Amino acid sequence: MAYPMYEVDWSVLPPEQNRRFNPAFNIATIKQVVNEAIERVRMPTPTRLRDLIRQIRAARTAAEERSVVNKECAYIRSTFREEDSVWRCRNIAKLLYIHMLGYPAHFGQLECLKLIASPRFTDKRVGYLGAMLLLDERQDVHLLITNCLKNDLNSNTQFVVGLALCTLGAIASPEMARDLASEVERLIKSPNAYIKKKAALCAFRIIRRVPDLMEMFLPATRSLLTEKNHGVLITGVTLITEMCENSPDTLNHFKKIVPNLVRILKNLILAGYSPEHDVSGVSDPFLQVKILRLLRILGKNDAEASEAMNDILAQVATNTETSKNVGNTILYETVLSIMDIKSESSLRVLAVNILGRFLLNNDKNIRYVALNTLLRTVHVDTSAVQRHRTTILECLKDPDISIRRRAMELSFALVNGQNIRGMMKELLAFLERSDAEFKAHCSSAVVLAAERYAPSDKWHLDTLFKVLLKAGNYLRDDTVSSTIQIISSAATERQAYGAMRLWTSLEQSAVSGLATEKQPLIQVAAWTIGEYGDLLVSEASSAISMVDEDGVDDFVRPTEEYVIDIYQKLLWSTQLSISTKEFLLLSLAKLSTRFTTQASQEKIRVIIDTFGSHIHIELQQRGVELSQLFRQYGHLRPALLERMPAMEPVAAPHRDEQELDLSDTSPDHTKPDQDALLDLINGSDSLTNGDVEHQPEQIATTNNNTSSNDILDLLSGLDLTPSVPAAAPAVLLANNNVEPSAAPAALLLDGLFAPPATPQPPHPADANERNAAGAEWERAVLERGGVRVCVSARRAAGAAATLTARATSQLHTLTDFLFQAAVPKKIQLDMMSPSGTTLSPQGEITQVLKVTNPTKTPLRLRIRVSYNIDGTPVLEQTEINNFPADLFN
Amino acid sequence: MMQFMLLFSRQGKLRLQKWYVAHPDKLKKKITRELITTVLARKPKMCSFLEWKDVKVVYKRYASLYFCCAMEQEDNELLTLELIHRYVELLDKYLGSVCELDIIFNFEKAYFILDELVLGGELQETSKKNVLKAIAAQDLLQEDETVDAALRDVGWL
Repeated sequence: MAYPMYEVDWSVLPPEQNRRFNPAFNIATIKQVVNEAIERVRMPTPTRLRDLIRQIRAARTAAEERSVVNKECAYIRSTFREEDSVWRCRNIAKLLYIHMLGYPAHFGQLECLKLIASPRFTDKRVGYLGAMLLLDERQDVHLLITNCLKNDLNSNTQFVVGLALCTLGAIASPEMARDLASEVERLIKSPNAYIKKKAALCAFRIIRRVPDLMEMFLPATRSLLTEKNHGVLITGVTLITEMCENSPDTLNHFKKIVPNLVRILKNLILAGYSPEHDVSGVSDPFLQVKILRLLRILGKNDAEASEAMNDILAQVATNTETSKNVGNTILYETVLSIMDIKSESSLRVLAVNILGRFLLNNDKNIRYVALNTLLRTVHVDTSAVQRHRTTILECLKDPDISIRRRAMELSFALVNGQNIRGMMKELLAFLERSDAEFKAHCSSAVVLAAERYAPSDKWHLDTLFKVLLKAGNYLRDDTVSSTIQIISSAATERQAYGAMRLWTSLEQSAVSGLATEKQPLIQVAAWTIGEYGDLLVSEASSAISMVDEDGVDDFVRPTEEYVIDIYQKLLWSTQLSISTKEFLLLSLAKLSTRFTTQASQEKIRVIIDTFGSHIHIELQQRGVELSQLFRQYGHLRPALLERMPAMEPVAAPHRDEQELDLSDTSPDHTKPDQDALLDLINGSDSLTNGDVEHQPEQIATTNNNTSSNDILDLLSGLDLTPSVPAAAPAVLLANNNVEPSAAPAALLLDGLFAPPATPQPPHPADANERNAAGAEWERAVLERGGVRVCVSARRAAGAAATLTARATSQLHTLTDFLFQAAVPKKIQLDMMSPSGTTLSPQGEITQVLKVTNPTKTPLRLRIRVSYNIDGTPVLEQTEINNFPADLFN
Repeated sequence: MMQFMLLFSRQGKLRLQKWYVAHPDKLKKKITRELITTVLARKPKMCSFLEWKDVKVVYKRYASLYFCCAMEQEDNELLTLELIHRYVELLDKYLGSVCELDIIFNFEKAYFILDELVLGGELQETSKKNVLKAIAAQDLLQEDETVDAALRDVGWL
């Protein structure tokens, strides 16, 4: 049957001039006529996609839109149930539109698979589109789709293979990747460029998902670079890049392709205008960038490979047209490559100059890229980047957050001993006005830089105080303790200066009502004023200059009474956090011995007494304890609240180091024990470790000569943080002869009862506890070579018990004594600080353990004791499971 | 590698979404919502890059539509802008001076074109001509099938 409108051959005129050829009467029109004819026969006709979109767009309210969508979805569901295959394709297309609007469409997943399985290309095209949009790799239907993909990867139609590869590339799960990798590998070797390029990218995705599968693609990959087709070239380069980043062996394997890459790049630059790949005068920038990136990876730390690419990099850097974005794209990538490989110094100068030009570019995007690249190259050539310092600092004021973030990071990288004063001024100004999300990072960086490059102690302190003032609550906790440590180890004059400066900030915050936003500042100020309050109010400190950078001296010496008023205002504020109030309360108690007049002391006593009925248990306890120091134990107060000794600085990342140290140094003979404890803790679900609380250096030395990784796991499970003892009575008692700790935070609170010579008052709270205690159970759990460990148990209020471990030694002196314990998971264990780490003959070390057991499961306790006798480490371990049954009733 | 691409209007309506990483639907929606708000809040004079969570977002506005790609840290941001531009050029060629409405009504075509340009988050073809050729050939395949089916239905074949 002939169709005259298709038979254009019998006219000599081209179709558009052929009057018999009616453009309105083309395939689409026929389709429509025929479809409409069919639709008239089949009832009811589904809405067409276009009509549905129109209907949805015509909806004036969200509710109206929802009702249109719900109606259509209900209809689509019903057709799915009826296995109506004629309109499945159209219905899925509609469903995909509905899905994009944010409505659920998961019920279309299986229908997509049916479409994919259909022999028609139209069905497959929509089916695969739906699969990519509706399925993700968590779906069970994946097994079904794997089979469909396998069939289609073997199809004779290149576009069907293309659809399958495209889908595989988008949604490949590890299982799919494994199942279909061999098919993809076969297709990489296909002679058809259309399939080859898609297969290469599929291989790239498969390796991303399952790196183990890389090996099988290696032989087919190298030949990709010999192709002429740019699609195959760029996908080949992408695949090789992924492989090189995947393993160093593969990286070495591909070193030999450097000349090939250089040749391809050279051809691109030197070849004349080719309309197919030209982008504003640059020949295939996409391919150029990919090659430059691969060269960078291949040339890194390899003098020979770098040598081979020096020339071409220089050529690209000098010959690229920079008036358009596309030229800058290539220059950007070139600069990164020059900086990363072992390039000639002249080339590096060229690269830094390019970045300098970038930095002055009007285009924000180019400026961003320049900052980004300078940050990556600053370690290579700092002085070159320093030249642009003013411009970079200027970028801190940019309204664009992306630029500000880059500029901030770069500025910190540029800080050094020479420019610290100027840089810090800018950075502190930046900190003050910066967005909340920058403040934490920025303040930590300022603190670090100040620590490294501070030109003087005074400057360092001033900077820290400014950070406290400007970063507010965004400041990280460790800054509080490190600042306190610095003040504590400073000269007396500096301490007085610190107290005076911080007083000004504290007073201003309290008066203006901004104290809640600056709690770290309040904490540091409270500590400092508590310690050095006498210097603050004393006229003797007037000799200290309080003139600030702007030449203003706004310090007014407060009276004792006024200081206490401010404390009262802060302590009675409802907004401050409990820990800030704890700082303030202890500080106030200390002030009672720093301030001399009777009136001040009386006032302080009254304030502290009010905390005896505070709603928060911790503060109440402190209130009660401290008020005792104003009554029957008043004579102990001056000695107890003495000024703290200077704190030792803490090694900054101490926690990580410790764990590493431990992994390198655990004694060989303890290995089985460690494994046992490890099993106890990790292997069994019903057991968990308790919070072991001790000082960091103890562990480090206990396990001096160790070499097993198990302990790493073991101890990473335990809490190594020297957490602040919560000043509960039991802790304070147990702590009474603890040595000054390395952790300032712990010392801060422990210090209250720290002086070892001070006789301890029998604590009222403790006495109560003793009276209330039920019958005591006690067993010796370990006995060896004169060393004896006893555990006693007492019932406590609620479903809890207090265990006390007592260690005694008859003959030897034990050092680095450490007691650890683990309990079943349902039970909670809180370990208090041990009374000491050194056990002398006839002496005793005690450690209190609080056990909470809400489910009343039988208590089992695994303990481990380690110590040194004459330098020989000993480790013992045992389990106790014969606790009295009624311990928790 | 591109993690995902979003097209949305100035009013914040999603027009196209393409994901190359596997996320549950809920997370995709959350990311989409947050990203659209963040990008729309930026002023026109600002740069086209945004460090957002662990990705680098590169976006560009064409008329009323935002084209927005989430790239990994190692990727070249400027090149991503070129990629977006290339996609817009292709849409323009295929749909004939493309506008937002064209993309709404031909969203499936827009997906097909993207799938011929990018595969698995990486560029697969740098020649515009080749992309359009592949699309045209597949459209033809579809039309042949339709005519075929129509003729079969009417009984002429």
